[in-house]
Amino acid sequence: MAEVLVLVDHVDGEIKKNTYEMLTAARRIGEPSAVVVGTPGTATKLAEGLAAHGAEKIYVAESDDTVNYLSTPQVDVLASLVERVSPPAVLIPAGADGREVAGRLAVRTNSGWLNDLVDIDGDRAGTHSIFGGAFTVQSRATTDTAIVSWRSGSLEVEENAAAGTQETVEVPATDAAKSAKVSNRAPIVGGDRPELTEASVVVAGGRGVGSADNFNVVEGLADSLHAAVGASRAAVDSGYYPNQFQVGQTGKTVSPQLYIALGISGAIQHRAGMQTSKTIVAVNKDPEAPIFEIADFGIVGDLFSVAPQLTEEVGKRA
Amino acid sequence: MNIVVLIKQVPDTWSERKLSDGDKTLDRASSDAVLDEINERAVEEALKIKEAGDAEVTILTAGPDRATDAIRKALSMGADKAVHVNDEAIHGSDAIATAKVLAKAIGTVGDVDLVLAGNEATDGRSGAMAGMLGELLGWPSLTHANELTVENGTAKAKRETDEGTSDLEASLPAVVSVGEKINEPRYPSFKGIMAAKKKPVTTLGIADLGLDASEVGLAGSLVQVDSFAPRPPKSGGQKVEDEGDGGAKIAEYLVGQKLI
Ligand SMILES: Cc1cc2nc3c(=O)[nH]c(=O)nc-3n(C[C@H](O)[C@H](O)[C@H](O)COP(=O)(O)OP(=O)(O)OC[C@H]3O[C@@H](n4cnc5c(N)ncnc54)[C@H](O)[C@@H]3O)c2cc1C
Ligand SMILES: Nc1ncnc2c1ncn2[C@@H]1O[C@H](COP(=O)(O)O)[C@@H](O)[C@H]1O
Repeated sequence: MAEVLVLVDHVDGEIKKNTYEMLTAARRIGEPSAVVVGTPGTATKLAEGLAAHGAEKIYVAESDDTVNYLSTPQVDVLASLVERVSPPAVLIPAGADGREVAGRLAVRTNSGWLNDLVDIDGDRAGTHSIFGGAFTVQSRATTDTAIVSWRSGSLEVEENAAAGTQETVEVPATDAAKSAKVSNRAPIVGGDRPELTEASVVVAGGRGVGSADNFNVVEGLADSLHAAVGASRAAVDSGYYPNQFQVGQTGKTVSPQLYIALGISGAIQHRAGMQTSKTIVAVNKDPEAPIFEIADFGIVGDLFSVAPQLTEEVGKRA
Repeated sequence: MNIVVLIKQVPDTWSERKLSDGDKTLDRASSDAVLDEINERAVEEALKIKEAGDAEVTILTAGPDRATDAIRKALSMGADKAVHVNDEAIHGSDAIATAKVLAKAIGTVGDVDLVLAGNEATDGRSGAMAGMLGELLGWPSLTHANELTVENGTAKAKRETDEGTSDLEASLPAVVSVGEKINEPRYPSFKGIMAAKKKPVTTLGIADLGLDASEVGLAGSLVQVDSFAPRPPKSGGQKVEDEGDGGAKIAEYLVGQKLI
């Protein structure tokens, strides 16, 4: 069976869940080979998890350069593997870093790029959800290899014990004239709450929350539901909540089982990032707020009395 | 310094966006088109460099006739001139084909030191144009910059994404993509708007770029769209006035939905 390459998404010696989704998807197309690009010693920590989720092979590409240059080491390693094994597909996480690797790899190997897929079948037909879920698009690459950017949170992870045979591959020396040097890398660490794009419940606050301090009302409700916290751009721009929690067109796209919007008007750009949520609950003082047009259940009221009461009710049932 | 700023006209996010039935491409006629907000920030950054020293700023876009509106806006902010690649054959290009067109067009601007782009367009969201161009031109790409300094042939940027932050450094020529937080773009002044009318705009076809119609557009794309379907619009459900029991009401609803 053909080898399907999966670029392993990892931070601080831990595998991100997205990697398991990609291994699960890769198994539909062929035999998954995980590709670990990292500093020396990285693969040892990840091997067990990768093998447990279907990686027959693990290509180990380790060098200190991998963290000293932006995206080039990943592109170099994947490009040489594409040439060697001619995979029908290469799966890469669809985050900012991953998309850059994918776009460059597609250019370098002259392969079709399926960006931001939420599904793929055994014949490499990919599904995208675009314009905030307003359209579903089916597309395929016309080249021997498809470069796939995978949107995290799109698929149920399946465990599948596999060999996980490790093979060392070389990280080519990086040409400093063609690459950006990286220093002071500071990955955002998740904290105790689930990751926004992976959470099954998201509680989001908008300008109506009024201040950074007041966001503890949003966080309190989120914690009672084991939810991730999100924010509108107005809340982020006003400095109430950090940038990486922004939901919407220029922020994250989320599709949880339950999305609770507190003090968010529901502008089209915000809806673009959350309207595919299975159930939407909104609390807003303004009965005319557009968020109510898509809310399954809406309360016209003050979030500062409704949210704490809901937190308490949830607590009673826990 | 010779700076090229890549701009893209996109459907206004405030209007409804559609795909056309015929060839499954973005139906640009169905919604208002505007200069993408992120590109205003790229133009602003170029103008700041120009004002701090000496630079010529060229606007570059690949798009249909009406992209001239976006070009005029960028020129009225203060850019010096523009190149508009406008050719029927480009219609339907995927991200890679677009990158090939832009790379060739950058080549027509002379010895370019710096290319500035948005980190991610609000329509296509490929979010990798700067990286792809770096790959094609053989230049370093510094992406998602929220701070940029260009001095002594070196570009330094503070990179910020959802995944983390870092410092970047590379020698020129280089491609830089800017993030939402890099600056606040200026409004064109009346004088700027008047001056823009006289600024030179060079229009090029793909033949001028040494490209063949088979390399671009739907023909040159390595991805093929098979079908698309609109999702049925979501409609609102119940809406109730809070009478002191709003939180309890939501809890009841969530229990009913087996969500808690
Ligand atoms: C190119 C572009 C991209 C954008 N991208 C995004 C994006 O990614 N994400 C995003 O969110 N926005 C985005 N926006 C901005 C978007 O248009 C809106 O400005 C933004 O979503 C508004 O945020 P908000 O709902 O929190 O604020 P507002 O629109 O100000 O709404 C605040 C709401 O809170 C309610 N409220 C106030 N006090 C209370 C209270 N005590 N209790 C209950 N309700 C209360 C008010 O009735 C109001 O409806 C983008 C805009 C543009 C032009
Ligand atoms: N057709 C185009 N013409 C000029 N610049 C473009 C074009 N497409 C993309 N870009 C640039 O690339 C950036 C990122 O776009 P995208 O890769 O589509 O997310 C945009 O903000 C522009 O700066």
